[in-house]
Amino acid sequence: MLHIVVSVKQVPDSREIRIDPKTSTLVRIGVPAIVNFYDLHGLEEALVLKEKYGGRVTVISMGPPPAEKALKQCISLGADEAVLITDRAFAGADTLATSYVLAEAIKKVEETWGPVDIVFTGKQTLDGDTGQVGPGIACRLDIEQLTYVSKVTGYNGETKRVTVQRKLEDGVEVVETKTPVLMTALKELNKPRRAPMPGMLRAAQYKPIVWTTADFPNLDRSKIGLKGSPTIVGKTWVPEIKAADTQMLDGDTKVKVGTLFDKIWETELPARFGWDHAANGKGA
Amino acid sequence: MTEEVKKTTEDEMPDWSEYRGVLVYVEHREGVAKPISWQLLGQGRRLAEKLNADVMALVIGDNVGKLAEEAIAFGADRVFQVDSPTMHDYRTYPYSRAAMKVIHDAKPEIVLFGATATGRDLAGAIATHLPTGLTADCTQLDVEPDPSRLLLASRPAFSEKMMATILCKQYRPQMATARAGVFEALPRDPSRRGEIVHVDYTMAEEAVAAKVLDFIREESTVNIEEAEIIVAGGRGLGSAEGFKLLQELADELGGEVGASRACVDVGWINHHHQIGQTGYTVRPKLYFAFGISGAVQHVVGMQNSDMIIAVNRDPEAPIFKIAHYGIVGDLYEIVPAMIEEARKRKADAASGKGSKTEAEGGVRV
Ligand SMILES: Cc1cc2nc3c(=O)[nH]c(=O)nc-3n(C[C@H](O)[C@H](O)[C@H](O)COP(=O)(O)OP(=O)(O)OC[C@H]3O[C@@H](n4cnc5c(N)ncnc54)[C@H](O)[C@@H]3O)c2cc1C
Ligand SMILES: Nc1ncnc2c1ncn2[C@@H]1O[C@H](COP(=O)(O)O)[C@@H](O)[C@H]1O
Repeated sequence: MLHIVVSVKQVPDSREIRIDPKTSTLVRIGVPAIVNFYDLHGLEEALVLKEKYGGRVTVISMGPPPAEKALKQCISLGADEAVLITDRAFAGADTLATSYVLAEAIKKVEETWGPVDIVFTGKQTLDGDTGQVGPGIACRLDIEQLTYVSKVTGYNGETKRVTVQRKLEDGVEVVETKTPVLMTALKELNKPRRAPMPGMLRAAQYKPIVWTTADFPNLDRSKIGLKGSPTIVGKTWVPEIKAADTQMLDGDTKVKVGTLFDKIWETELPARFGWDHAANGKGA
Repeated sequence: MTEEVKKTTEDEMPDWSEYRGVLVYVEHREGVAKPISWQLLGQGRRLAEKLNADVMALVIGDNVGKLAEEAIAFGADRVFQVDSPTMHDYRTYPYSRAAMKVIHDAKPEIVLFGATATGRDLAGAIATHLPTGLTADCTQLDVEPDPSRLLLASRPAFSEKMMATILCKQYRPQMATARAGVFEALPRDPSRRGEIVHVDYTMAEEAVAAKVLDFIREESTVNIEEAEIIVAGGRGLGSAEGFKLLQELADELGGEVGASRACVDVGWINHHHQIGQTGYTVRPKLYFAFGISGAVQHVVGMQNSDMIIAVNRDPEAPIFKIAHYGIVGDLYEIVPAMIEEARKRKADAASGKGSKTEAEGGVRV
């Protein structure tokens, strides 16, 4: 039996966000809200593990009331229970404050449904794009953390140990650790399923459980929301791609290429790479 | 930086005078530093100079004395070396605890990590424990001088459509992870002097739950980040075959082949070649863009190249705005002509025919 918590965030599909060229501000109107897609890979893995070893999957999300929709989507995919952590006092949280609230919520999930073995978060969000909330939660719960997981290769219910592959820039690391553990999901982890009909029917009826600050009597108010966030946005601007002093080359192909190579040959590059002494091979 | 950041008044800030200097985490594999480590040390030095403070390096590993010396050659005034068999492989728990000890003792005002899997994993753990603010994935790092000494950590937001400067006023140290390839390393100087501090920190292997069982290195022969010449292709190539042609030109010039994401997504070439927001950031001496439209997500990864040459069929392609030389035309005509031209010039030079360079007295470096 495994108890797995999946932390999901509803995010604006930032690929759809445009910048108003006149005001240099973000145009968010009409931008669809989606479940951060790395989080769906976390959910899929949780469901696969549940199918294999038995257990339950609880999904949590911190966000404004419309995030309920994201949670219902998780229910349709097969999560057992979904909790929305929502309160105006949580607004404006950076990763430090977010991980505090989510860790507190996971403790409450444990009080409600029993000890948690695995927590999944996404590798990063589309909007926050930091990948810091996962490690933050793991620290606060004082559990193991395995980031950038591309494959869960084994779980031993007796020894309570998991083996995973982590995909790093220069290779794949095979690592084993004890549960409870927090893992951050890569898209290589799996291929999320489509919601089955019974799941969709259940989701249509389902009302996520809502927790507000009132549900956390021991919450440290100085650690939540804007007040609990050490980082602040100083300013934002639209990066102007610095236009170069472009010289367009004319003529037929031979002329264009000839002119281009004349330009290159005016630089230090032929000497640097030994093109002007080709017989010596490359490298100056 | 285009605009002024709102000046912070002194009374908003707690007294942080105990915290001085910039600390850079030196990421490595088996004692071989990742290029980002020296890039950050270079940038760390620039920030430290503005703050009139030291730049320090943090080296954690097993038998990493050589690496500590390298850190000095690449600009560190002081290196904290944590050396123990338990630290052979990177694991969050022992590494974060060792780093936190160094941070507590050395009290840097700024700590920088590479925005790599390891750097983000480690920085995320440390920042939560301390606690302090951590800005992810920066592409610009600057400081406000005395008295605020604020780190101006700027990063792309909303799929690169905007930039945001993130500040951390109420906590120290100020932490950030930064992208590879954006900042320049200092030239390696073995004569540079610095101090190596051996940090007395050990952790019993039994205290660490995570065990690294294996590491399968991805045998990638491309080293796009350090290439001085990049011959990049985009969707305009039309097929995987097109990359063979680019490889021919790259071989002729001694460069590496790069790609836009569009080509990686359809599987014409693997991700190790991808340049841009979700790929590598590069700054070669010479960058060719063949059949690349110049989407902002691509451009952010290559716009700092010394010389950019764009070839595109569409005269309106945005890539021409940032290119130094532009050719409107079919790449399948231009590339073969370039290969031929390169061969001819090299052959002429080899056979001693008066090349243009010699006539003009080209400078050797
Ligand atoms: C979150 C996010 C992250 C992204 N990250 C990256 C990234 O890291 N790197 C990246 O590159 N992209 C990235 N993208 C994608 C980016 O937005 C563009 O879609 C991509 O760069 C386009 O690639 P392209 O220029 O090869 O293709 P296209 O935009 O399709 O351009 C092809 C060009 O080839 C020209 N052409 C066609 N045939 C010929 C010919 N025979 N001769 C000459 N020219 C020809 C056309 O005129 C056109 O300009 C990202 C997008 C998102 C949303
Ligand atoms: N408000 C939130 N509610 C639930 N989970 C979150 C929230 N913010 C971040 N996460 C989780 O943390 C991961 C990393 O987020 P980030 O650090 O913002 O990139 C996401 O993929 C989510 O799994």
